[in-house]
Amino acid sequence: MEKFTRLEGLVAPLDRANVDTDAIIPKQFLKSIKRSGFGPNLFDEWRYLDHGEPGQDCSNRPLNKDFVLNQPRYQGAQILLARENFGCGSSREHAPWALLDYGFRAVIAPSFADIFFNNCFKNGILPIVMDAEEVDRLFKETAATEGYRLTVDLEKQLVTTPGGHGISFEVDAFRKYCLLNGLDDIGLTLQNADKIRAYEERRKIEAPWLFV
Amino acid sequence: MSAQTLYDKLWQSHVVHTEPDGTTLLYIDRHLLHEVTSPQAFEGLRLAGRKPWRLSANLAVADHNVPTTDRSHGIADPISRLQVETLDDNCAGFGITEFKMDDVRQGIVHVIGPEQGATLPGMTVVCGDSHTSTHGAFGALAHGIGTSEVEHVLATQCLLQKKSKAMLVRVEGTLGKGATAKDIALAVIGKIGTAGGTGYAIEFAGSAIRSLSMEGRMTLCNMAIEAGARAGMVAVDDTTINYVKGRPFAPKGDLWDKAVANWRTLVSDEGAHFDAVVELDAAAIKPSVTWGTSPEMVVTVDDKVPDPAQEPDPVKRSGMERALAYMGLQANTPITQIAVDKVFIGSCTNSRIEDLRGAAKIAKGKHKAANVKQVMVVPGSGLVKQQAEAEGLDKIFIAAGFEWRDPGCSMCLAMNADRLEPGERCASTSNRNFEGRQGAGGRTHLVSPEMAAAAAIAGHFVDVRELMGEV
Repeated sequence: MEKFTRLEGLVAPLDRANVDTDAIIPKQFLKSIKRSGFGPNLFDEWRYLDHGEPGQDCSNRPLNKDFVLNQPRYQGAQILLARENFGCGSSREHAPWALLDYGFRAVIAPSFADIFFNNCFKNGILPIVMDAEEVDRLFKETAATEGYRLTVDLEKQLVTTPGGHGISFEVDAFRKYCLLNGLDDIGLTLQNADKIRAYEERRKIEAPWLFV
Repeated sequence: MSAQTLYDKLWQSHVVHTEPDGTTLLYIDRHLLHEVTSPQAFEGLRLAGRKPWRLSANLAVADHNVPTTDRSHGIADPISRLQVETLDDNCAGFGITEFKMDDVRQGIVHVIGPEQGATLPGMTVVCGDSHTSTHGAFGALAHGIGTSEVEHVLATQCLLQKKSKAMLVRVEGTLGKGATAKDIALAVIGKIGTAGGTGYAIEFAGSAIRSLSMEGRMTLCNMAIEAGARAGMVAVDDTTINYVKGRPFAPKGDLWDKAVANWRTLVSDEGAHFDAVVELDAAAIKPSVTWGTSPEMVVTVDDKVPDPAQEPDPVKRSGMERALAYMGLQANTPITQIAVDKVFIGSCTNSRIEDLRGAAKIAKGKHKAANVKQVMVVPGSGLVKQQAEAEGLDKIFIAAGFEWRDPGCSMCLAMNADRLEPGERCASTSNRNFEGRQGAGGRTHLVSPEMAAAAAIAGHFVDVRELMGEV
């Protein structure tokens, strides 16, 4: 997993609530057995005017010019600004894989669905929960200023606007540590292998039917 | 010890280790796998040279990509076929038990786990699938995980978790005529919203929940995720224990008695603290129909499509306007005037025997309306299909012009060939009415199996209570 420390990036606004993971990456692309290559199909049904299928060359597909990510001013965006309950629905990790493959490293929203939120951290994406009023302000500033960029400092847990306004955010200490260092959870957990074995021995006595 | 919730008990009995910030290594008793969210996890294991920690904790089945018609020629779509073959190869290579496509036990992962007794009270159950919340119906702690976590569970038999808050949803009284567990689920989501349960584990309790069968409890817990809660659960009682008894993976003999004694403790203690409490009156719950593109966009069948102009919140209002445009509906249209093109009876929400019985009762002796192009009935597993056929339900469906299919996820998410065409409107017993969920441009209305069958017969949504009066 790539480390996340400090990011200074262009912001793209996705102004709708309850964006679900079916919208982030539609089901036909979940047939892939790989972890990469989902970027061209991020928000596929909103982004293109035709119906997408896996394995297709997306470079010649007709674009929906009204969709925000197709506007020239948001090309190269690394920070996605979103509304309430972003990432709801299916647990598909293909959603953060698609966001990452497209180039997003951080998502800012007033709230996230639990499973999506968790999946982001496993892939080096920082989901930032921010007060709805602050998010609203960022939407307004993004719309008003072409090339609007934010700085996200994970160490300081701070988002800074071009005008110098700082917005702090919360993040779990453990998740922060893993993101800052790009650490693989499995390796860390296996450092506790003895504790897992001890637990199993105890449970075999307490609840032997679980080990048949 | 102070009074504990069911969630507290399930959590506490699975803690392996807790870090100072509360991050907990939680032991996982049962890991269910399917073909869509596991290939990258197996690949990760292989690349790291790791092996599954405890093989017997895993059970795999292909369900999302499988055809629901003639399987003798395999899967036509080469990409779908490769994904299912990859699961077969991974399970064979690592030594994981898998119910293959030609096995009568094959079916939707959230149907077969309970059906086999692979889901037991008191377990932690996970699967790379958000509807894993279903298994909480057994007094288990069950939730969906992402693929990185699938790999983590395979490698370590644990998950890194933080404890959620606890929410009690209490439904007291007797359900009104024609209302089902599905309508309870939709009523709860309508009340608290699709993010209302975010950060919570929900326990469903109250006399209306106690009166539900295990099938009904599974339907309800299945949709906890649609209320934003990763886990939903119901305390153990006789209904739970009677359902589990004698199932292939359930304990036998002395171990059974020992297990039952333990399972009897899986209830919230009197006076246990919940961080939030939501109360519903069962008698007020009516057959419901979603009108929009989020499960919280729901009304009762005797109501009308709501008017965005009445919504003061601008973000909500624009969401409603977008939903109505997508759904091709006008504000203030009575729900019963909405005609349907297709009907889908199936999915991990409503494909169990009781669901099929409910639909068959409505369809018996009737025929689908001429304007309804297709009615698909997709049983949740090969064993549900067998049972339904033994009861003659298949004959009722076929006589009504419905299609009687083979088990799988099917048109709940349309990863196989079963799907809506753009603009088609569907009465569906599934769990998500998101844009494009049942096929690009498809329009989904979530309902109970009884309401779906009734819509198929009438050609439009109809208050199932009226049909029930006739029979």
